[in-house]
Amino acid sequence: MQLRLTVNGTEHALDLSDPRVTLLDLLRYRLGLTGTKKGCDHGQCGACTVLVNGRRMNSCLSLAAMHEGDEVTTVEGIGTPDNLAPMQEAFVRHDGFQCGYCTPGQIVSATAMLKELAAGWPSQVSGDLDAVALSDDEIRERMSGNLCRCAAYPNIVEAIREVAEQEGPA
Amino acid sequence: MSDTVQVERQQKMDSREDTDFFGGTAQGVLSTAMDRPDGPQKVTGTATYADEDHPPGTVFGWLVRATVTRGFVTGLNTDELRAMPGVLLVLRDDRLLRNPAQGQAGRAPVQFKGEVAYKGQPIALVVAESFEQARHAGLAAKADYLDRGGKAVICPEDAEFETPKAKQSSMGDLDAAMTAAAHRLDGEWTTPSMSHVAMEPHSAVAWWEDGKLTVRASQQMLKHNVKELADSLGISPAMVRILAPFVGGGFGSKLGISHESVAAAIAARKLGRPVAVPLHRRQVCETTTRRSESRQRVRLCCDRDGVLTGVGHEVWVSNLPGETFSEPVTQSTPFTYRGENREIAHHVGRLNITCAGSMRAPGEAIGVPVTEAAIDELAEMAGIDPIEFRLRNIPEEDPSKEIPYSSNRLADCLRRGAELFGWSERKPAGTRREGEWLIGMGMATAVRVNMLQESEARVVLLPDGSARVETDMTDIGTGSYSILTQIAAEALGLPADRVTTVLGDSDLPPAAGSGGSFGAASSGSSVTLAAQAVREELAKRMGADPGELTLKDGHAIAGNTRRSLPDLLGGEAIEGKGTIKPGSNARSVRQASWGAQFAEVAVSAVTGEVQVRRMAAVFAAGRVLNPKTARSQCIGGMVFGIGSALTEESHYDRRDGSFVNRDLAEYKIPANLDVPKIEIEFLEDRDAWANPMQAKGIGEVAVCGTAGAILNAIANATGVRFRHLPVTLDKVIAALPRP
Repeated sequence: MQLRLTVNGTEHALDLSDPRVTLLDLLRYRLGLTGTKKGCDHGQCGACTVLVNGRRMNSCLSLAAMHEGDEVTTVEGIGTPDNLAPMQEAFVRHDGFQCGYCTPGQIVSATAMLKELAAGWPSQVSGDLDAVALSDDEIRERMSGNLCRCAAYPNIVEAIREVAEQEGPA
Repeated sequence: MSDTVQVERQQKMDSREDTDFFGGTAQGVLSTAMDRPDGPQKVTGTATYADEDHPPGTVFGWLVRATVTRGFVTGLNTDELRAMPGVLLVLRDDRLLRNPAQGQAGRAPVQFKGEVAYKGQPIALVVAESFEQARHAGLAAKADYLDRGGKAVICPEDAEFETPKAKQSSMGDLDAAMTAAAHRLDGEWTTPSMSHVAMEPHSAVAWWEDGKLTVRASQQMLKHNVKELADSLGISPAMVRILAPFVGGGFGSKLGISHESVAAAIAARKLGRPVAVPLHRRQVCETTTRRSESRQRVRLCCDRDGVLTGVGHEVWVSNLPGETFSEPVTQSTPFTYRGENREIAHHVGRLNITCAGSMRAPGEAIGVPVTEAAIDELAEMAGIDPIEFRLRNIPEEDPSKEIPYSSNRLADCLRRGAELFGWSERKPAGTRREGEWLIGMGMATAVRVNMLQESEARVVLLPDGSARVETDMTDIGTGSYSILTQIAAEALGLPADRVTTVLGDSDLPPAAGSGGSFGAASSGSSVTLAAQAVREELAKRMGADPGELTLKDGHAIAGNTRRSLPDLLGGEAIEGKGTIKPGSNARSVRQASWGAQFAEVAVSAVTGEVQVRRMAAVFAAGRVLNPKTARSQCIGGMVFGIGSALTEESHYDRRDGSFVNRDLAEYKIPANLDVPKIEIEFLEDRDAWANPMQAKGIGEVAVCGTAGAILNAIANATGVRFRHLPVTLDKVIAALPRP
């Protein structure tokens, strides 16, 4: 089975021999992009979050074969150690991680989450569905799909809030 | 290659270390809130964990697990599995582990040898070309058993309990004190079995070269892990190398070697190819370790002034047959408060469920919340404010051992915490309400024993005046890369970016490893000593006493002379080796980290939901090496405490011991929205008995008070004392009056 998809701007034409391969395992085991982490392989922890056509998704819950023609962005496509994206810089400065294992998922998720907020998507904690505004509770709720056992949550909220404020009002 | 001068310094903690070395260094990088040097790697996904960086040709293994609770494996559909696509090996081997090694075991744990002791125990490994093929074949495995499930013991109430003599102690006459006391409390609490759930599942990638085994593994204590793995395989430790440059959390679950490294090593040997065995989340929950459940009887009594006259703490915990570890629930009870009459009792029952082991603050994490809830209740009976009650009961010395405290600033933590949190705003129990929400404030003492373990490090000052730190210490999120870099930079007078810290390779000098909150103190002390040895050599070259030498910004200054390090080194490197050893200070003084924790909760009178609205804590734990990473550790510990107070509980099927909620959807750890604002403060503290840095452990003390503070806050909100953790909605709603 042939699979064509774009990952972090690079086009891949793959001979996908096995339909059981998840998008996560394709990235980690076949493309060597191990920045995306496997915490549960069950869609429960968010460590495997990637962007597919700009939207965040748990890559462990999606088969690679479903992504013909898709554009995938992983943490490696967000920034590099020598050229950190503002979200990555903020996570470092605010100590928004400890062991670092959930961190790529947190960063990818936060990046997409701010766009969702800017687009006015409401969440469970939004008081007014037509006037969604940035708040710590909105960040907490929208980031609750990304578990962190080290519990860097308060620092993650600070980091995201700072980036959101730098980028202007949602 | 340049010449290298080798120097060495050792210290055994047999006395106070009155010289505050870091009080006199000049660089000013230690104790600053430096960003983690490993941060850029972690936020870009370039930090590599165990199941990453595979050597070429790596194949995959999936563990086959027992479907009976107790018995013997008599057969396996090996031929069928071998015929499945991609399958390379079906491994049945007596050397597979029954359960992981306990922390610091240094030898093989109980091995398989055909016997099953709990449901889900690994019994074989299927290896295939791809992960998908291995998983498919592994799940198609069918074993034959001699089923002895009828003899399995699942529930603590059915267990036979052992009462190890060394774990009981008694002083005075507690029964008589209880009878004579003005106020007394005799109650029973329970805490559930819990799961560590570090975000990185246990994984191993093993390969052999020239008879030598290398394993990338997710482990906390490499020097012990090498011995455990070698012993399990029946080879010399000299033939084993473990790499763990980054570890995705441990919390005790990765102290000892586990199934995956042994299985991967045996399979890699047989196949002559690298083998990766990444555990699935459910396999992690079922087959690694858990925190034991506990039943705790607490007896307290005090006089009219609220001075404790008696303290009793009797506990029942469990483990698999033959395991020596049992959760030391009463560990801090003997020395936290006054009381001349004391009883400590410990019982361990044998169960056929997942192995019990150390989990973040083993002992105090579940013992302190219970004793703190009991203290709170007694204070209420005596009509004394809970903080005042505790202040009246801080002893002058360890009342059980009659030895002095190395440092004890609990009183200062309590007073400062009360101020920081706004304790004076607290209302009488059950009187504050906002709509459906009952609001309450609670507090608890946090206490955790402080330890030191032997640790060795190398600090190399290179000819260009930069330095490299090398030790097989791990950074499991604790901040080892940060603090070891800062310690070496401070001691050698270098900016932090001139120091490179290399960790997580068992070929490097053997460190204490990460566990028991002794990692920073032990490995940090070894780096301090190694750097001090280098300083002595530099002082000699400056013609000065080490005490007269100032090192700052890459220059050495003594008297009227100032020379750059490259100039002083003259093309040579200086390699310092440092070794710290625990000594009699571990017995001659009582060492502990202290804190006071506060929580405000809102309890829904309609649904029984408990929300933690805010928390604050003040800790006194010696010198703080990096306030940023230290604060993160404390936040992490307190959030661990939220989970144990409100949601975390491992459920085992009473019929056959199946682990029911074995994943992250069903085992509920705190998520972002569950966690409120948390304020953390550290008191200026030095502990001259602890180690040359005068620092103490912080990673665990933070978890020790939290659940107690939350329980007490719930009592203040509702007027109800909940004694069975976690305090879930069903328990709350059943105890509250109908709205």
